[in-house]
Order: sequence, then C-alpha cells, then structure tokens
Amino acid sequence: MTARAKPDLYAIAWRLPMIIWQGLFFVGPLAFMVAMSFFLVKNYRMQPAFQFQNWERVLSRGFFWDAYFLTLWIALLATVVASAVAFPASYFLAFKVKDNVRRWAVFFLIIPFFTSYLVRIFAWQVILAQQGVINAGLSFLGLGPWQMLNTKFGTMVGYLTLCLPLAVILQTFALANIDRRLIEAAHNLGCGRLRTVFTVVVPLAKTGLVVAAVFCFILSFGDFVAPYYLGGSTPPTLSIMIVDTSKSGQQWPRAAVVAIMMIVTLLAVAVSAIGYAYRKRT
Amino acid sequence: MRNDTLLRWLLALYTALVFVFVFAPIAASLVFSFNSDRFPTIPLGHFTTDWYVKAFSNPEVWDAARRSLIVSSVAAVLATIIGFSAAYTDYRYDFFGKKAFLVLALLPPTIPLIIFALATLGWLSMFNASGMTVSIIIAHTVLCAPFAMAVIRLRLNQMDPNLEPAAWNLGASEWVTMKTVVIPFTLPSIIASLCLTAAVSFDEFAVAWFVSGLNKTVPVVILEILTGNIDPQVNAIGTAVFLVSITLVVIAQVLIMGRMKKPESA
Repeated sequence: MTARAKPDLYAIAWRLPMIIWQGLFFVGPLAFMVAMSFFLVKNYRMQPAFQFQNWERVLSRGFFWDAYFLTLWIALLATVVASAVAFPASYFLAFKVKDNVRRWAVFFLIIPFFTSYLVRIFAWQVILAQQGVINAGLSFLGLGPWQMLNTKFGTMVGYLTLCLPLAVILQTFALANIDRRLIEAAHNLGCGRLRTVFTVVVPLAKTGLVVAAVFCFILSFGDFVAPYYLGGSTPPTLSIMIVDTSKSGQQWPRAAVVAIMMIVTLLAVAVSAIGYAYRKRT
Repeated sequence: MRNDTLLRWLLALYTALVFVFVFAPIAASLVFSFNSDRFPTIPLGHFTTDWYVKAFSNPEVWDAARRSLIVSSVAAVLATIIGFSAAYTDYRYDFFGKKAFLVLALLPPTIPLIIFALATLGWLSMFNASGMTVSIIIAHTVLCAPFAMAVIRLRLNQMDPNLEPAAWNLGASEWVTMKTVVIPFTLPSIIASLCLTAAVSFDEFAVAWFVSGLNKTVPVVILEILTGNIDPQVNAIGTAVFLVSITLVVIAQVLIMGRMKKPESA
C-alpha cells in the first residue's frame, strides 16, 4: 500500500545519497584495488599498467602461502574457540535468566564492540607480560612464569577479545528464538540434558550459530592488531603482510594482490558456511 | 532438582567469567592509568595521576583529540543522513534492484578494515585526496552508514505504515509529511545513530592510519605509541577514549531500548 508503482523525484532523492556515496567511496576503492593489482611500481611511484607481475611475484612465493595457511588456520581456530567458549554463556543467557536480565547482558556486551579495540589490546599486553598481573598471580601459586606474549596464545586472546562479545550476542539471539516446547518435549521423552543440547538445541539454532561463527571468522581473519601486538608479528599473517608491504615498501599493488586473495577466501568461506546453515533445516 | 540448581550456578559462574574476560582489559586500563608502575603487576604501585598529566600536556595528543572530534562528528552526521535515506527507502519502497541496494548498504562492515584501508588509500591517492582530514571523514562515513541505517530501520519498523498516507490524505505533501511526521517519529533513533556512528569513527584506527598521512587521530597516536614501547600514557589516553565511546554507546542504547520496550507494555 505504501509502495508506489512509479519512482518519482521524492523516491529517487532518498535513494541517491547511499548509492552515490557507497558507489564512489566503497565500490570505487575496491574496484580500483583490483585494477591496482596489475599496476607497476617504478622509483617508488605507482604507474597504471596491465601486467601480471605482482600476481606472479606474490603467488609464486612460499612465503605468501605460509602466511596464507597460517592465517586461515588461526582464524578457523579462533572461530571454533570463540564459538565453543561463547556457547555455555549464550545457553545460560537464552534459557536460564529472565528477559530483562538477558536484555541487560546484551546491553553490556554491545559496549565493548564499540570501544577502542586498540586500547584493550594494549591492556592485554600489560596483563599478559612476563612480569604482568597473570604471571605475578601464578608465581604466588608457585607456577610460571609463562610466556604468553608473542605466542599463538597471545594472538588467540586478542581474537577472543574481538569476537567473544559479538559471538555471545548472536548465539543468545539464536538460542532464545528456539521454540521451548521442543526442548521440553525432548526432556519429557527421556532425552538427557546434554543429549538434548546436541541433538535438539544446536540443530534448531544452527543458522544463527553459523552466522555468529562466520562473523568471528571475518573478524579474526582480517585483524592485524592481535597477531602483531600480542602474537609478536612473526610469522606474519596476511593482514600484517598488507601493512608491511604497503606501509614500508610502498608496494601497494602487491598488497592489493594479498588483499584480493583475502576477499576471495572470505567470500568462499562465508558463502559455503551460510549455504550449510540454510541447508535442510529440521 | 538439586542437580538443576547446581548446573544453573555453574553456568552463571561461567557466564560471569566470560564477562570478566570481556571487561578485564577495559577495567585494567582504568586501574593502570592511576598506577605509578611503568610495568604494572600485583601488588600495584601507589596512586598517581602522572600519566594523565603527561598525556594531556602533550600537544600532539590535543591536536589528535581535536581532529578526532571533528572527524567523528562530521562522519556521524553524514553517515546518519545516508543511513536515514537508505533506511527510509527500504521501509517505504519496493523496486527493481532493491536487493542490490541493500547489499551495497550493509556490506561495508564485512570487509576487513585493513583491506578497505588499502583500497581507499589507493583510490583517494589517484585524485590526490589522501593524507587529509577529509580523507578520514570520507572513509569513516562509508564504515558508519550501515550502522546508522540499521538503527534507524529498527525504529521505522515501529511506525504504522498508515501514518504517512493519513498525512497525505489530510493534504500534506510528501516532503512536509517527512518533516512533520517521519522525522519526529524517528528522532530518538537519529540521535542514537549519531552517537553510535560517532563512537565507531572515534575508535577506528586502521583506515585512519592508512589515509590520514600526518593528520593523526587519537587511535592513530595510540597505535604509534604502541609500536614504540610499553608506555602507561596509553592507559590514560585510553581511559579518556573509553569514557567518550562508552558514553556515546550507552546513550544510543538507552534511546534504542527505551523505545523498544514501550510497544510491549502498551
């Protein structure tokens, strides 16, 4: 009823701001980046060209593929860890508390998502340091010191800082939307508690759980701060590689190749995961 | 039954631990910012405001703070205008290519910032438009617009679809209806969107770092201090930054949630 058959001036006026701005400054840059990957760099200046040099150079290096599989591996690991760590908390918030408690919990979990990630990472740097709070605590117990900074563990702490709040929020929504009568039915039919979780609850919330996981993957796959400042930057991830090649070497075209490989990978993972999430829901 | 209570408590404890993990860095930053030790550990050193004095007597920090304020407020206004028009279009119209329109509107947050930063740097350099404060504003508007759209769209959901036609029937033109009906109705979400997008822009560092050149914003200054060494100044600056963004986010949420609850109780 509200929709009109013919677009008029008024309708077009409301459509244009988004199309123009995101076209010029979102689609434009990304399309240009694809073109840029074929450009040449001479004397630290980029020159328009259509050469496959950058592609050959990047893709023929073992160095790149090491970074590629490392990034893929730790991002997947972070996705699994974040999803698993978040799940019991989401389960609690979805099923075991009153509505207003859940609302407050989500309220608080949204806050870190919009606050400085950089400062939080710095705080972790201090907490996890060799003489930091955690190692001091451990030494009271006669343990440690443990090396936590500049390890994969440090990187993972950073990724969790980034992903966990969002994972809990999305999972909580997914679980809270389940029809509770189905869970009661499972209990009434004698299904054990843990078994109900894995055979009833998880399949019913599959779509939402997968969406949460996809967001964790996207966030950790693209993050350069956690692997750099908590993981010690060596060996580099793809995101660190982009920073290094574009910032120090002025090699924007080569960085563009790495970036395009990342986008293709993200698309492939996201599309197959979402496809899996929507496939024959039961 | 006793088993149930035990399980409930275990889950509650676990959830509390997750919250501790999420808020530990924010709390730590606050505590360390008033702590005298350069390398904080337990037991803590004595109370001091030295780091604040040091950070706030640094002209570079003030310069960056001023720039961050300008960037985030301009980007918030632009993003909210764009987000509003996209949300309204989605609310009111159905047209050929609407799916593509929505994808374009909501895609930016799914692209890793570092990639968008590189792409924007290349693109703006083509037009000699990188390395300026305006460059940061342009890029931040792109990143913020989807959040603005989501917040305002949520509010439009609660608007009776007959409200606009009613105003037209009474003789108001579409533009007048927009001004006197739609905008007043969505005003809380518009303010919420301004706060939320300002917070996003205020904390964004990757894109700002790439395109800003010498015009640093606060997060870029923090990033550069971090690259140097452990310097507790960051805690002082960080606590101030947290205060700003948490205030903005909380205002936004109160505005969004306050309006969400009303229809339920009515």
